[in-house]
Amino acid sequence: MKMATVYVDGRAYEMDPKQNLLHACLQLRMDLPYFCWHPAMGSVGACRQCAVKQFKDESDQHGRIVMACMTPVAEGARISIRDPEAVEFRQAIIEGLMLNHPHDCPVCDEGGECHLQDMTVMTGHDYRRYTFEKRTFRNQYLGPLVNHEMNRCIQCYRCVRFYREYAGGNDLNSFSLRNQVFFGRDRDGVLENEFAGNLVEVCPTGVFTDATLKRHYTRKWDLQMAPSVCVHCGLGCNITAAERYGMLRRLVNRYNGEVNGYFLCDRGRFGYEFVNSERRVRQPVLRGKPASAEPALEHLRELAGGSVIGIGSPRASLESNFALRSLVGAERFYAGVPGAQSRLLKQMVDVLRNGPARTPSLREIEHCDAVLILGEDVTNTAPRMALSLRQSVRQQPAEIAERMRVPLWMDHPVREIAQDQKGPLFIATPSPTRLDDAAARSHRAAPDDVARLGFAVSHLLDQGAPADLPDALRGPAEEIAQALKSAKRPLIVSGPSLGSAAIIQAAANVAWALPGAALAFTAPESNSIGLSLMEAPALDAALAAEADTAIILENDLYRRLPAAVVDEFLARFRHVAVLDCVESATTAKAELVLPAAAFAEADGSLVNSEGRAQRFFQALLPTAPIQESWRWLGEWETLDEILGAMASALPHLATAASAAPGASFRMDGAKVPRSPHRYSGRTAMLAQIDVHEPKPPEDRDSPLSFSMEGTPDQPPSALQPFFWTPGWNSIQAVNKFQEEIAGPLRQGDAGVRILEPGSQRPPFFDQIPPPFQARDGEWLLTPLYHIFGSEELSRLAPGIAQLSPQPYVALNPEEAGQFGGEVDLLGQRISLVRIADLPRGLAGVPVGIPPFAGLDLPMWSRISRPS
Amino acid sequence: MFSVVRTIWYVLLHMFHKRITVQYPDEKPYLAPRYRGRIILSRDPDGGERCVACYLCAAACPVDCIALQATEDPTGRRYPEFFRINFSRCIFCGFCEEACPTYAIQLTPDFEMGEYQRPNLVYEKEDLLINGPGKYPGYNFWRVCGVQIGGKDKGEAENEGPPVDIHSLLP
Amino acid sequence: MTSPYPILSILGILIVTLTLAAGLIWLERRLLALWQDRYGPNRVGPFGLLQVLADMIKIFFKEDWIPPFADKAVFVAAPAIIVVTVLMSFAVVPVAPGIIVSDLDVGLLFVLAMSSLGVYSVVLAGWSSDNKYALLGGVRAAAQMLSYEVFMGLSLMGVVLLAGSFNLTAIVEAQRNLWFVAPQFLGFVLFLIAGAAETRRLPFDLPEAESELIAGFHSEYSGMKFGMFFVGEYLGVILISCLITILFFGGWLGPVLPPIVWFLIKVMFFIAFFILMRAALPRPRFDQLMSWGWKLMLPLALANLLITGAVVLAWRS
Repeated sequence: MKMATVYVDGRAYEMDPKQNLLHACLQLRMDLPYFCWHPAMGSVGACRQCAVKQFKDESDQHGRIVMACMTPVAEGARISIRDPEAVEFRQAIIEGLMLNHPHDCPVCDEGGECHLQDMTVMTGHDYRRYTFEKRTFRNQYLGPLVNHEMNRCIQCYRCVRFYREYAGGNDLNSFSLRNQVFFGRDRDGVLENEFAGNLVEVCPTGVFTDATLKRHYTRKWDLQMAPSVCVHCGLGCNITAAERYGMLRRLVNRYNGEVNGYFLCDRGRFGYEFVNSERRVRQPVLRGKPASAEPALEHLRELAGGSVIGIGSPRASLESNFALRSLVGAERFYAGVPGAQSRLLKQMVDVLRNGPARTPSLREIEHCDAVLILGEDVTNTAPRMALSLRQSVRQQPAEIAERMRVPLWMDHPVREIAQDQKGPLFIATPSPTRLDDAAARSHRAAPDDVARLGFAVSHLLDQGAPADLPDALRGPAEEIAQALKSAKRPLIVSGPSLGSAAIIQAAANVAWALPGAALAFTAPESNSIGLSLMEAPALDAALAAEADTAIILENDLYRRLPAAVVDEFLARFRHVAVLDCVESATTAKAELVLPAAAFAEADGSLVNSEGRAQRFFQALLPTAPIQESWRWLGEWETLDEILGAMASALPHLATAASAAPGASFRMDGAKVPRSPHRYSGRTAMLAQIDVHEPKPPEDRDSPLSFSMEGTPDQPPSALQPFFWTPGWNSIQAVNKFQEEIAGPLRQGDAGVRILEPGSQRPPFFDQIPPPFQARDGEWLLTPLYHIFGSEELSRLAPGIAQLSPQPYVALNPEEAGQFGGEVDLLGQRISLVRIADLPRGLAGVPVGIPPFAGLDLPMWSRISRPS
Repeated sequence: MFSVVRTIWYVLLHMFHKRITVQYPDEKPYLAPRYRGRIILSRDPDGGERCVACYLCAAACPVDCIALQATEDPTGRRYPEFFRINFSRCIFCGFCEEACPTYAIQLTPDFEMGEYQRPNLVYEKEDLLINGPGKYPGYNFWRVCGVQIGGKDKGEAENEGPPVDIHSLLP
Repeated sequence: MTSPYPILSILGILIVTLTLAAGLIWLERRLLALWQDRYGPNRVGPFGLLQVLADMIKIFFKEDWIPPFADKAVFVAAPAIIVVTVLMSFAVVPVAPGIIVSDLDVGLLFVLAMSSLGVYSVVLAGWSSDNKYALLGGVRAAAQMLSYEVFMGLSLMGVVLLAGSFNLTAIVEAQRNLWFVAPQFLGFVLFLIAGAAETRRLPFDLPEAESELIAGFHSEYSGMKFGMFFVGEYLGVILISCLITILFFGGWLGPVLPPIVWFLIKVMFFIAFFILMRAALPRPRFDQLMSWGWKLMLPLALANLLITGAVVLAWRS
């Protein structure tokens, strides 16, 4: 790339001519204050904070003040950040912003990681001269996750830009005028968008704060933090887990250019509270009575010595699954996934490994310019991916802007040019999705018909693909095929959520028929792909296995199979041992329950739906006897030992060991500190128990230390516990850690890909299902996913639980007409919901919400009037 | 050599100087109000706890001997759930008082806090909280800050206008 | 002229010197305080006198720790050497007519010999502790002793020339008309300085030098072994004060009061003077100490000896 030479305060720098001056200066690690600019959202020039002086040429002594974020980098440009007039200008802007800013810092949750605080200090404004009244606002109730304190607002407009333009929400807006501009909803109520939690990080001050953190508030500098990976869906977003006083306090986004970038979904951000749940297993339980660790462990060893089978889990780490597999033997280890889902996952992995279509990272998804979604309600099954897909529809309109020579970082001109134009995003699902408003066209169809549409598209793209092309399908299929064919970077999104192998096969056919197309599958759980790569037989095979003992790893079988089947299955064993972090119906049936560490208390690796192995680390030491499942199950002393053992036993997973540096890694002889250097209270936090301070715990498993002592340098990205640099206390400090703003971190993005495509195209799948036929008096129960409620662990977080739906059954309004407000389904009285566009013959039920947990969906069932 | 002899002579003459030792504890020394002794937590003029649990004292403490946890009453007023000072580590530097934005934490002219058992030097909030405003009468943080608490609605703090009616169409 | 009751004298001198040494701890602290406008120990017993007792109880009950890395035998012997050699010197000190353990004809030489042996204590303590600070202290002590021993002996030779004897009783008796401080003033000053250096008292406490070497040669000592170094030091102060009294200020000679009282008054005066020096003077740098010793004191002592010799020769002839 050709670089432009720009003189900043008399020194020459190389800058990217496609960027603006603010972006380029920050990339060169200069300190230039800003508010309204956001690396993911571009420039709008609203806050006037990034003023710099620009000079015409060398002889120009006068110069003029320009906004760095609105000024393109140009060859030979001369600017000054330190020019006294520019400095004074920036100071005056802050002074203006502070006129109405309340005296709240001591009681504000943003204090200590506040971008406004940082920028005020950076500009040097330190004395309030304005003596008149401050304007005030009333706050709104915005739900259990986000807190509103409107007095603090500085009108940078970032919140509405993110919420409306980036995340596609429409219930947050700006109201009123002049110095009374108000950001909120038209009335009190829960923020509807699934990404509203990002307002906490997007807002440069304390207007939007984390309501879950408020209940156990701790300043950023007091947190012990560790790099972690979200366990609430298959995408594996990078997070920073933070501890204080032995309790998980909050999660924030951990930037990973390839995966989650700057944003998380609300399930990932706020689901962490299950770690502090009342329902945590904290003591071993032996025959219903609390036991201490030694007899419990001895009992486990005894059981493992006999005839035993092991049931793994897609939400347990690779290490824990491998430990169980080693304990019981590879041939007696079963994946804790029902047969249908297991086959789907295996098919997905095979398609990705054997076929030429590559899984894209979320960053690549953002840059795709034509997308076909087959059968996935992405917002609810892989939420963060929906945010990326929403950006992908801006790709084609952006080309128009590019042709008009409008740089892409000029957010509003680009949007004005695009108007309502959207890139081709096609969605084929049974029920409406939250992405429909961004889609060029949405098709409502039963699962089999979704697959048929996919097969039709693939046939139009490649005549070699099998065809069943009735006229009804031809129109939409041709539109889709045309859009995909003319795209530069087409993408097919699919997944196992509808339980249909045909959909996955159709998606594979489309991707294979289109050379260069990317193929993204969602995965139901955090390690579904990793477990699938272990190639263990499914849960159904275990139903037939003969053994005295079953050891179940972090798995609630009642959410996998119907209760009657599980009851019968468990009754067949003389002994049942369960390791889990939370109480479940399965732990209630177990003879021995061992307390397993939750993600923030454990070290381990997960493989996400992209096929990227990522490591998560302990943010807090669990109180004994809680420990990682792999420690309960094996004799390995350290994480590196078990990773070594796993690499030799399962060579195709060996790469996962290099997801993060091993425990012996040091930077200049020092470990990486988990706490910021201003961590407080070390000599008082435990003084009421013992005035002699304990030695900080040693971490044998990772190069991270449980203290503030360690390297001050930037560690490898997989070990980055938090982002902080002098003068940048807020999360915006991440600018200083990136190779390129909004690009990869300086040491490369974390994680290693272990799924790479094959070179040859396998033969097309040719099992085209027949069209869906509605039945009389029976409906096909189709899974409907809910970001809040469908996932097992996050349901235990109070905020998420509050937003979870009550059990319902959804029907097409016309079919629902024959029933009242409630129906009888599966022997229970369930309230009835009407969903327009739901194909006839389908009945949507919420996944993972009792009584629908454990059902093998989709399934046919009778629905009748309540008797 | 002469200076050595002279020094010896001058030192000898100190025999006739007045002794400056204060015979503590028979005789108590005068301690200025801003003497940096035992730390207390004060109350605002209305009798409420001044501490808003902002953690700044803990952050300022060079020996990290202050630990606390913030919590809120149902009306939104923030206060420390617990507040612990380990006086066996405290060096009485007064940084906590400097850092305190609400005049809550103050050092007092009292240093007589010797103990035979170190655990007795760990003071909890009950031990620290006094019944008055200490050195700074009159200041009440909650009257200045913009957060709404029980007894103080939005717009009722000092120097605040009434809450904006966002539905008004008047300019 | 040996004491008629040797055992009694031995016991008497032993008990008095040791008690005095202990009492000196209190005296020094009170005097230092006096000169520094303080009180010093004044709480335990009348005038704080029982502070000595309290300190002794404390030091006896302290843990007697021998570091595992020390050379044990030498480590134990070192503090004994200093007490023994200093106490041996007291054997030839005539307190009053008839109060002396052994009236040796070579009394002065014996004293010099014993004080030379005393340096072994410090050097061995420093070496056996196997600690860099102790070793540095020991090395410093060896160099300091060697340097100051030389002119210490030389500075006394004037007195010997005038008295015509090494016997201390004879030296006292020779001062009936005139204290030797008058004809031998230079010798007195030199001996005072050398004596202070010999006892490693401030300002010549370079082997200890708290501010640089922690506690120098006795860094590793605790309990009663440390106490012995402490007592040894105070015994040394008493001994040097006794010698000054005997050699330059006419020993027990004086009008009206009994001889022993005169002796004690004079000794106490010099002890107080040593404490005053500690209160007043800073510690020199080590190179200053050495160059003083060799470049100033030694020539002065030689000159004093030559002139005294010449005068005595001229007088006699």
